[in-house]
Amino acid sequence: MVNNAVEVRGLTVVRSGRPVLEELDLEIGPGVTGLLGPSGCGKSTLLRSIVGVQQVAAGEVRVLGEPAGSAPLRKRIGYVTQAASVYDDLTVTENPRFFARVLGCPDSEVAKAIDAVDLGSHAGAVVGRLSGGQRSRASLAVALLGSPDLLVLDEPTVGLDPVLRRDLWKLFHDLADGGAAVLVSSHVMDEAERCDQLLLMREGAILAQDTPAAIKERANARDVETAFLELVEKAAA
Amino acid sequence: MSPRITLAVAARVLTQLRRDPRTIALMLVLPCLLITLLWWMFKDSPGDTFDHIGPALIAMFPFIVMFLVTSVTTLRERASGTLERLLAMPMGKLDFLLGYALAFGVVAALQALLAVTVSVGLLGLDIQGPVWLLGLVAVADAVLGSALGLFVSAFAQTEFQAVQFMPALVFPQILLCGLFVARDELPDFLHAVSNVLPLSYAVDAMNKLTQGTDTAEVWQDVLVVAAFAIGALALGAATLRRRTP
Repeated sequence: MVNNAVEVRGLTVVRSGRPVLEELDLEIGPGVTGLLGPSGCGKSTLLRSIVGVQQVAAGEVRVLGEPAGSAPLRKRIGYVTQAASVYDDLTVTENPRFFARVLGCPDSEVAKAIDAVDLGSHAGAVVGRLSGGQRSRASLAVALLGSPDLLVLDEPTVGLDPVLRRDLWKLFHDLADGGAAVLVSSHVMDEAERCDQLLLMREGAILAQDTPAAIKERANARDVETAFLELVEKAAA
Repeated sequence: MSPRITLAVAARVLTQLRRDPRTIALMLVLPCLLITLLWWMFKDSPGDTFDHIGPALIAMFPFIVMFLVTSVTTLRERASGTLERLLAMPMGKLDFLLGYALAFGVVAALQALLAVTVSVGLLGLDIQGPVWLLGLVAVADAVLGSALGLFVSAFAQTEFQAVQFMPALVFPQILLCGLFVARDELPDFLHAVSNVLPLSYAVDAMNKLTQGTDTAEVWQDVLVVAAFAIGALALGAATLRRRTP
């Protein structure tokens, strides 16, 4: 398909002598795609491979039609690492303002990004003094700069207040409606229902990729967590 | 490479420093206090020992301080994920390095200005050559310290390790730069070693400035220090990888 944001073929990643991802094949289309799996299953490594910051042993990753990590993609991907990658000694406004200058997008985008993650009331606060959830939202604001075509978000909702979590998922869908492909990882299975598409992952392999409804139906399960267990047992049998 | 991004990095580093008044105070005031201590030590001694050692010290401070500050700050960038994020953006490696060098160069110029003002103005250090050139040598030194700090930060996993590189890389240079034993009185082998250490040239430049008004040789030394700084920046750039294991 032409309109896939991400295409992964035979991706193998080895870290400190141990294979983390083996011969992975997957596609990520438009909408909000959830990458779900327990922590340590290789989610972050897969996301890093898509962003192009991971050393890859074998396989091909194409993003928006270009090889992952190639120069033209650097302005088109918004990336949030698992740790809040913002400067603790800069304010909520200074952080995106700096990254906006790096990206070459106008300062007007800064206030928009801060409002989108609902940190407007803390715009002048130094990031190091904020709570963990607020810091990760400050980091998310940076990824929204320049309206990227692909957002790669590594566990952006972990540890957040349920109200905020709901608001952020709404934001992800708004961004997807605006034409961006959004890839969100999480180890919390109950976030599955909020995604258009799911990638279920365990021990470096993809167990299933489909809509939440299709995955549940195939496993004849009430929720995605039960479906996940079914898939694991089936794979072991 | 783009001047816009380089300047953005420099401005950001200076903003971060501004948030940390204690570090600024230590960077600016400490060299002045230590130079004053040195002056005091030799106050009652015959001869003009302070005139001999003072300039070397002015050359050393920016080098040591910038080495420490840069190795720790860039290690933080590597550890916190901000470096990974920047390298996933249209950020050139040289933009990153030159941005740091520019910001710390400004701080070093300020530091040198204060140290020279105290040494020459208050403590009566005798300088024959132009004082501004003394400042320039200090800035070149600071950039060299930053460049080496950037380079070693690639080999340190913790801030604790980064700080330990100081005695390993900086102390031998201090011992061999001519402060304790004049370089041409060193054993042949050590003299040869001191010839390939950048701090030797920085201290030589300072000494020539105090002793004479001929600036041609001083410029030669400054060029050598600058060449070392560029070499270290190139090595530092090689340690910045867009893809990491």
